[in-house]
Amino acid sequence: MAMAIRVFLILLLFLSSFNLSSSLYEDQVGLMDWHQQYIGKVKHALFHTQKTGRKRVLVSTEENVIASLDLRHGEIFWRHVLGTSDVVDGLDIALGKYVITLSSDGSILRAWNLPDGQMVWESFLQGSKASKSILYIPKNLKADKDDLILVFGKGSLHAVSSIDGEVLWRNDFVGESIEVSHIVQSADKIYVAGFVGSSKFYVYGLNAQNGELLKNDYKTLPCDTFGELLSVSGDKFVVLDKMRSKILTINIKNGEISYNLKPISDLVMDSPGQAVILPSRIPELFALHINSHVLLIRVTNEGELVLVEKINKAAAVSDALSISEGQHAFAFVQHEDSKIHLVVKDINDWNGDLLKESIVIDHQRGNIDKIFINNYVRTDRSYGFRALMVMEDHSLLLVQQGEIVWSREDGLASVVDVTTSELPVEKEGVSVAKVEQNLFEWLKGHVLKLKGTLMIASPEDVVTIQALRLRSSEKSKMTRDHNGFRKLLIVLTRAGKVFALHTGDGRVVWSILLNTLRKTEECEHPVGLNIYQWQVPHHHDENPSILVVGQCGPTLATPAVLSFIDAYTGKELNSLSLSHTVAQVIPLPYTDSTEQRLHLIIDNNQHTYLYPRTPEAINILQREFSNVYWYSVEADNGVIRGHALKSNCIRKVEDEYCFEFRDLWSIVFPSESEKIIATVTRKSNEIVHTQAKVMTDYDVMYKYISKNVLFVANAAPKAKGEIGTATPEEAWLVIYIIDTVTGRILHRMTHHGCQGPVHAVFSENWVVYHYFNLRAHRYEMSVVEIYDQSRADNKDVWKFVLGKHNLTSPMSSYYRPEVVSKSQSYFFTHSVKAIEVTSTAKGITSKQLLIGTIGDQVLALDKRFLDPRRTLNPSQAEKEEGIIPLTDSLPVISQSYITHSLKVEGLRGIVTVPAKLESTSLVFAYGVDLFFTQIAPSRTYDSLTEDFSYALLLLTIVALVAAIFVTWVLSERKDLQEKWR
Amino acid sequence: MEKGKGVMGSGGRRWGVDFSDNSTSRDIPDPPGFSRASLDQDDSTLSRQKKDAESNWKSQKAWEVAQAPMKNLLMMAFMMWMAGSTVHLFSIGITFSALWQPISALQSVGKIFEPYKDNKVELLGPKLLFIALNLGGLALGIWKLNALGLLPTHTSDWVSSLPPAQEVEFSAGGINLG
Repeated sequence: MAMAIRVFLILLLFLSSFNLSSSLYEDQVGLMDWHQQYIGKVKHALFHTQKTGRKRVLVSTEENVIASLDLRHGEIFWRHVLGTSDVVDGLDIALGKYVITLSSDGSILRAWNLPDGQMVWESFLQGSKASKSILYIPKNLKADKDDLILVFGKGSLHAVSSIDGEVLWRNDFVGESIEVSHIVQSADKIYVAGFVGSSKFYVYGLNAQNGELLKNDYKTLPCDTFGELLSVSGDKFVVLDKMRSKILTINIKNGEISYNLKPISDLVMDSPGQAVILPSRIPELFALHINSHVLLIRVTNEGELVLVEKINKAAAVSDALSISEGQHAFAFVQHEDSKIHLVVKDINDWNGDLLKESIVIDHQRGNIDKIFINNYVRTDRSYGFRALMVMEDHSLLLVQQGEIVWSREDGLASVVDVTTSELPVEKEGVSVAKVEQNLFEWLKGHVLKLKGTLMIASPEDVVTIQALRLRSSEKSKMTRDHNGFRKLLIVLTRAGKVFALHTGDGRVVWSILLNTLRKTEECEHPVGLNIYQWQVPHHHDENPSILVVGQCGPTLATPAVLSFIDAYTGKELNSLSLSHTVAQVIPLPYTDSTEQRLHLIIDNNQHTYLYPRTPEAINILQREFSNVYWYSVEADNGVIRGHALKSNCIRKVEDEYCFEFRDLWSIVFPSESEKIIATVTRKSNEIVHTQAKVMTDYDVMYKYISKNVLFVANAAPKAKGEIGTATPEEAWLVIYIIDTVTGRILHRMTHHGCQGPVHAVFSENWVVYHYFNLRAHRYEMSVVEIYDQSRADNKDVWKFVLGKHNLTSPMSSYYRPEVVSKSQSYFFTHSVKAIEVTSTAKGITSKQLLIGTIGDQVLALDKRFLDPRRTLNPSQAEKEEGIIPLTDSLPVISQSYITHSLKVEGLRGIVTVPAKLESTSLVFAYGVDLFFTQIAPSRTYDSLTEDFSYALLLLTIVALVAAIFVTWVLSERKDLQEKWR
Repeated sequence: MEKGKGVMGSGGRRWGVDFSDNSTSRDIPDPPGFSRASLDQDDSTLSRQKKDAESNWKSQKAWEVAQAPMKNLLMMAFMMWMAGSTVHLFSIGITFSALWQPISALQSVGKIFEPYKDNKVELLGPKLLFIALNLGGLALGIWKLNALGLLPTHTSDWVSSLPPAQEVEFSAGGINLG
């Protein structure tokens, strides 16, 4: 018996040693986490296929990414994510080996090495005023043997050496308010064309060698112009007049300006619509979009306009591609139901098509937004074409020979909002997927694992084991699991597409391009705003659903759209185009009998609308009518107002789902000294396990756990800009914790000499915020914990034994409980992009802060480090409780990066979701990249680790049983011998 | 594991001496100086004396048994002191054995004093002492349990299991969307 206990203890020790470290081992990477790299919606694309070797396409995107993609598979060769303010305006190739990018409104010019993406040089271009920025790399234009790059940006023209990025000369065009729109090269002269105002057309001739102004000319055009000037070929330009009914052709031969005006109606008879010149650059041609047709118009040498072709249902027209000397081709695409037609034509030969293909594209990708073409030589020496298409949902496709060679879901680079959904329950008798393995394979896997544990596995076995672990079928099943690790992450992207990602492996389970968020005539620039859980049924037969809220334009005054989506299938159940606007969406803590959550939508006209629009919902709301409050933060005016529902709307048409509200309270911050820069509140679905905080001497502090609290950070008006723009004397940060029912300020604190940006997270009874301390020149993190003093007199044990206490009775903000707060500040090394806190199913597990650092990684920091009770010399009892001795700065332990060696480029947000297993929290970080992992802040105390060897356990048990049996037999035999002696 | 244990166990007895039997076979003369007279006393006095001696012996034994937990108590106290005041496997084990021993002893008070039961022997005193000492042991165990912090004597022990109070009001909001 004693032996058995000993063995058990040893086994226990052995098991517990598995969990001693919270960081990962190298072979654990990818077991529970996944990482996906994206680039965003492509703006410019350049093919690089001339040389033998790896064919690639260079792209710059709306997420400010420059990348080189493999043309064969669409993988990323290299990628650079520039900062959010570093918008890429131009992309080109110089000297055949450098990728040149112009960014930050034409002020930063960089050269990247084409094969590996290393930066070769970087130039900051000076300028005085904001202007359009143009990157122009002329062919064979040399100044002192240097190939020139011409850049117009910040109101001046720069000639930059392409070898080292040195600015050779600069022309400011001082005194002129010329909006340069084109740079044209002719021999060793450069012509710069542009407008002053909207009708004065200027041309400057410059010497390419030294930037000397040779001549200038201007002409006042007969009419104002509309839109951009398009260069047709070298010295010819076209632009529309103000009324968009005439085409103006401008010729600047040798710096002399001549123009020609022609009404569009001369070209086509039936064209009263609004015309737009498409920005496709095709020699001698331009494309005019009018009434859903595209007209291709040729500009002859004499400046005459000739209609070449009229294309119906055209979606996009590419730039021209030079395929051989004097031969140019361009492509356009037409939509037809579920198919698209890709046509490549020779500019000089209209009779035939170089290529005509029909491709079937998933209609969830929407229309084609942009197309880029490239040619290759087939084995029979004819030309083949491949086309890179940017779709409406921001995805990228490569089409070749009528097939989609590869596609990238780059819409996922611009996630707007995230929610989660449970997966369906596994039904008996229904084989869910192919993933079920047979017994033999299971056994084989475990034997391999055992080999690995006993360290007798060969290198090939190790590889097989790792592969087995990585594509464990268990984690990617489409059903709910016992531990709650498998869920659907439902993300809304900027393109208005909703994706459901599986948490097991990150694959897209379904995706839907919402019709309500597509451009229509009523809804010009629809924007997806937020995504909510609409219905979470507990009954397994029903599917949960998701609510997507959007609006028809970038401003508040545009009407709202709602869309309801089935979370399992991705089908749109219903969509509503609302007559009112949406300023706030408030999910109420009440559900109806079908478990649809009640939502209040507040518009900008002091009205509140209830959804779902059912009488039952009205009844539920009427019951809780006096307990529903809401508040609005007017950051510009520095006012926070509290409101309550008042009555039904008084209108001509009665609407019982519309309510008016009254103002209850307002907090007006002094505008000369404070400006709201950040607000944060508790997550509405956060679960708190206990209201008591036990001190070392068994004393109890009662946490002030109210969901109706708001953290507000105000900065001094002078210090609300970038760090370094204000002196410590004129910078301060005032933080408030406000009760949002009564408007009572629970806590106020001023940090002198500090400024934003403030990132904060509110959980349970504490708030942690991050800001910059100008005096110390370091970032700081502070913690404030709030305790309820009014409950502190519940100290008698007998009261609890007999149950005579009021700690579980409902609590109202109107009791005005007395609160005390404790706070402390620490230095922190990093600047921060986002802060989140882990959330677990029951709230028992200790918390970790997840800090998205400036290096686009996610750092997990124990909340224990941000405990206001930390002292320099904690007593023995305090140490036992887990209080860490006070240090002035928070430690950054490199093992506690949950993103380990990966980067979530362009990190914007972190979302945590509780798993069913109490110890574990699921973390999803999004930016340009997506990253998902599971973390256990107090280690996985409630389950065996994934790599626990069941086979070894089984083997141990079998061995023990065998040993018992053998020893028993031996002892019997010996006894018998003794007896015979 | 002495030899022949198995044989003994099987029941056969090879030889035996009965020392109490003094009446049989007096072939051998008494050793010099041995007076058989003292043995051949009056039967009644003999049995009374014998009984007195036995009851004396019994009560003495009963007191001894009653005092036995004292040693145990001291040993327990020493072990508890050795175990320290932090909660771990040994301190918990010792504490629980310190609690279990008195309880099991108390349960079997009757059984323990069964052999010493006699009309003439006063067992109440020893029993009371035994019970008192065991209660002392129990108290020591409970004291240790408390010292380890395993007794719910503090408010914190009761509050931690209470769910947080519900809130009457609901409030939400923020900066306008869009």
